[in-house]
Order: sequence, then C-alpha cells, then structure tokens
Amino acid sequence: MKFLSKFYIVIIFLILYAPILVVILFSFNESGSLSNFTGFSLYWYEDLFRNDEALTALKNSLVLAVFSSILATVLGTLAAFSISRAKNKYYRRAMESVSNIPMMNPDIVTGVSMMLLFVGVAQFAKAGSYLGFWTMLIAHTTFNLPYVILSVLPKFRQMDKSLTEAALDLGCTPVQTLFRVELPYIMPGIVSGLMMSFTLSLDDFVISHFVSSPDFKTLPLYIYTQTAHEVKFSMYALCTILIFVILFLLIAVNVAGSMGEHRARKKAGKIMMGGK
Amino acid sequence: MNKEVLIRLNGISKAYDGETVLDHIDLEIHDKEFMTLLGPSGCGKTTTLRMIGGFETPDEGDVFFDGKRFNDVPPYQRQVNTVFQRYALFPHLNVFDNIAFGLRIQKRPDAEIKTKVKDMLALVNLKGFERRKVSTLSGGQQQRVAIARALINQPKVLLLDEPLAALDLKLRKDMQNELKNIQHQTGITFIYVTHDQEEALSMSDTVVVMAHGQIQQIGTPTDIYNEPINAFVADFIGESNIVDGIMLDDYRVKLAGHIFDCVDKGFGKNEPVDVVIRPEDVDVVATEKGMLRGLVTAVTFKGVHYEIIVDVKGFKWMIQTTDFVAEGETIGLSIDPDAFHIMKKSEFSGMFGDYSSFSDELEKLSDVTEEIEEE
Repeated sequence: MKFLSKFYIVIIFLILYAPILVVILFSFNESGSLSNFTGFSLYWYEDLFRNDEALTALKNSLVLAVFSSILATVLGTLAAFSISRAKNKYYRRAMESVSNIPMMNPDIVTGVSMMLLFVGVAQFAKAGSYLGFWTMLIAHTTFNLPYVILSVLPKFRQMDKSLTEAALDLGCTPVQTLFRVELPYIMPGIVSGLMMSFTLSLDDFVISHFVSSPDFKTLPLYIYTQTAHEVKFSMYALCTILIFVILFLLIAVNVAGSMGEHRARKKAGKIMMGGK
Repeated sequence: MNKEVLIRLNGISKAYDGETVLDHIDLEIHDKEFMTLLGPSGCGKTTTLRMIGGFETPDEGDVFFDGKRFNDVPPYQRQVNTVFQRYALFPHLNVFDNIAFGLRIQKRPDAEIKTKVKDMLALVNLKGFERRKVSTLSGGQQQRVAIARALINQPKVLLLDEPLAALDLKLRKDMQNELKNIQHQTGITFIYVTHDQEEALSMSDTVVVMAHGQIQQIGTPTDIYNEPINAFVADFIGESNIVDGIMLDDYRVKLAGHIFDCVDKGFGKNEPVDVVIRPEDVDVVATEKGMLRGLVTAVTFKGVHYEIIVDVKGFKWMIQTTDFVAEGETIGLSIDPDAFHIMKKSEFSGMFGDYSSFSDELEKLSDVTEEIEEE
C-alpha cells in the first residue's frame, strides 16, 4: 500500500512537471532539435538576448504586470475596505457577488467586450490609434481587481472589530487607525493579491489579444506570433527564464514569511529561558 | 473617598432595531471609584460602558465628563481607556510596541516611552516580556498586556469589559486581587462590567445592578447583598429564598402561615410584600422547636456545608446547614428576626426565589447558555 501511494504521487508530479522539464531541458540543446539531445549549450539564450523584439516584449510584459498589479491592488484594497464597512448586510453581500462575477466570466467574453468598449469610446472621442499600452493597462487592472478583492476581503472579515476600537481608544484618529492597525493586519492578503495579479497579468493572452496593438506586444502575444510560423528554440530559453523568475519569486515570498516567524519564535524562546 | 462626580449619565436611552437596550439610565460615577456594572447578558451593561468609551452614542439623554457634555466626542479624544473582553492586542506588534502604542501616537520622546513601558510591565508583573510576540502569551498574560496598554496613557477612567471572563477560575481570582491592587496604586477610576456577582461583590466600591436596560439598584456590596431592593436583585446576588408575605404591622411579618418578628418597618398595614431569607440564615432545629416544619427533598454536600431543599407547604426553601439531615426527614426551621429582609412588591415578584426546579445541573446549563449568548 505504502509503495503504491508513493508511486502514485511520483506519477502525478511527473505528469504535472514533465512538460516544463522538457522545455527546460531542450532550451539547453545545442542542435535545436526536439528529437535528439546533442549537447549542452547556452546558444539559444544568447540568441534570445540578441533578439530585440523578444526583449521589448519581455520589457512590455514586466512594465504592464508591475503597473496593473499595483493599480489593481490599491483599487481592490480600497474596495474591500468599503465593502467590509458597509452596514447593510444585503448591500454587502450583493457587492461581494458582483465583484466575484468577472472571475467566472470566460476570458474571451471579457476580451471581446473590452475591445468593443474601447472601440466605442475611441469613436466617440474621435481618437485615431487607440489600442496599446493604456488600453492594456485598463484591461489588466480590470481583470485583476476581483482577485485582489477576493484575497483582501476575508482578512478584513477576520479582523476583530475591537482591534479598530482599541486603536481609536488609544488615541488614533480613523486615518491613523487604518495605517497603524488595519493595514498591517490585512497586509498578507494585500501581498498575495499583488502576487496573484502580477502573475495573472504576465500570463494573460486571450484578453490582451483583443485590446493590444502590433506596436505594443506582451510576451505571450509575441510567443504566439512566433510559434505560428515555427517554434524557435530561443522561445524555450525565454520560457525557462520565466519559469525560474516565478519560482524565485515564490520561494522568496515563502522564505521571507517563515523567516520572520522563525526569528520571532527564537527571540521569544531566548527571553523565556532567560526569565526562568 | 473623594466624592467628586467624574461622569454623569443623564436619562440615557438606546435602542437597536426598535429593541430597547437602555431605558432612561441615570448614573453618577465618582473620582477614584471602583464601580461595577452587574447584570445578566442583555441587560445593557456593556452598552453603558461603550457609551462612556465613545463607541456608542445615546439616542436620548446626555453623557457628562467633568461637567462637560461628552456625547459627540470621538473615542480618540476621550481621557478614557478600555480593556476589551478579548484583549484586542495588535497581533503585528510585540509586547513592548503594544504597550507603547498610545504614547507613540502622542509622539512622546523615546526615552520617556522606554521608562514608562518598563514601569507598566513591572506594575502588571510582566518584567522581561518586552520582545515577546503577543501570540506566544497565555490568556492571563495577554490580559495583563491589555491592562498595561490602557493604563500607560494615564486615563482618568479605565473601562473594563468582562476582562476576566476568558480566564480559568484560579487565574481569575488572582487577577481580581491584582486589579484591585492596581486600582489602589494608580488611583484611577475603574468601571468594570461583569455578569459574575461574586466578582462584583469582592472587588467593587459600588455595585450597579442592571436588568432589562434599567438600573435596579446602586449601592455598596454589603448594601446590595443585605438590603436588595427587589426580587431580581435578591436572586441575582447570592442565593435567596423569596417568599410572599404580609406585613401585619411594623416589625411583624406573616409568611408560610406563621407570624414572625422582624426588624423592618414603614410598610402599610397588611401590605403584601416579598420577603428575602438567605439560605445561611435559617437554622435547622427539632420539629417541635421549629417555627416552620418542612420535608427535606434533596441534600447536596458542598464541602463547608450541606445544601438542602426543604418543602414548606409546597414552597421549596434552600437552606445551608453544617448538620447532616437525611432526605425524607421532617425538620423544624428557626429564623432570627434580623434574617428577614422585607421588600416592596415589584415587576419581578413571583419570578425568582423558589427552589422547586433547582438542581446543580440546571444551574450549570444556564451558565453555559449565558456564555453562548455573550458571543
């Protein structure tokens, strides 16, 4: 039984990670062939960094992800704050559901409707070339918003109301209370909302496809256009870099979190021993 | 004691969704006083406290602090600090920073903050705990931090909302003494909310008994125990037999078919009254010597004494006696004149003070439901 369950887990992980491993492995393949691995080389990485178009796309993606995730986090946190403060129970529930619906919406629907909206507004404003960075920023911020609300709102709900009252009681104005007590309390929710937005934005293809222009291409869009002709092995290198960047981010966040806890516990232990 | 009035509540009323929580409360709180608001859950005691803290505004009536109307002053501008029921310590700050919080808001210099926090930690017996995370503390320690955090601002009044409710019995007793000491040392007015009558009696200078959003009685612990004003107070504070009686004349009361001498006067001739007799004030004697005769229906051993239920003409009395009597035995009861406490009839008459449905189990069950309601 024990062997079987271990075997099962190995299989599951193999299925999950095999495609990624293949990409990583072949990004180092000298020959540029999928059928045989001829030798280790960094050729495709060099090739990638000589490719200005790919680098621009990477830069676009990162800029867009950073700005849209920060914007969505600020807006979403404020929204969660006011939803959690709403006195009327029915209004509060309605707001929660309404902010959740865009997450269920198929991307294709969101993408098409965004495009229609932008076209409509552009015609109304008689603007010429309108699709590009700004429309992408609006679109990405919009689809990130519900995820931020989803991760911040439960934190607000968990927070003991008397924490706020204690801060007021000790002399904080409502604004000071927000910055000194409420925000630190919900910070984990904000951070995870930010991370999620960042990766969602980096990753989005469908919605971006509808609201971008040829002169503002993000990485997924660029890779798609490349693969339409033939798969370049420098794309494998690019994917590998992305995988490691995201892996590094995840590890950093986790390590930072557990290090903080560990340090506090160690300190507490020292005092306890010293006190006795 | 200094008799200067610090806080005055004038005709305070409050309703939530049409349900009256406070019904025209008048209350004076004196400087340096340890006052306890006592009552069952839902009696309005916490709402009264929150009104003084600034977390609720009265629908009607005024709150005065040092003679000034205080209704619309927000909590952060009041010289009042609160110890919350569930401590409400800031989880992202350690013990030192929690206690220093109020002083940091006031932007006091670091050196002053350091010495004051140190003094506070000494006051609440938590020396050396500065760097501890609050989540690593026990309930009792967290409560001490909460008290220190509130006291460091040197408020005129400290409000305590059932601060010991979450602690176990032994710790609760220790903390009661400690709180009393802290109050003596600091000379700060304490307003304490509890549903535990023993706690109220042992700690307070003044006890305010509340029920149904109204104040039933205000007095010293001994007054409240010895001279309860109505059946509710008599029943809520300690155990009591509350018997229907008729005041025949001054110093003479008739109950259970027997005429007794008593020490009360000033009632109308033949006025129906409620008579309180504490279980420890009834003596068990031989049947022929007894003023009343009754059948023992239940005996519980309580350590110091036996608690027996005696059926006297259909009304069940609780009596505490050190002599053993057996269930089913008929005994005589003797009561001294000063053991009777006569009260005028009130809305609570006939609701309390009969032990016919009494059992320890039931008592415990009702305690549990009360705690659940508090949630």
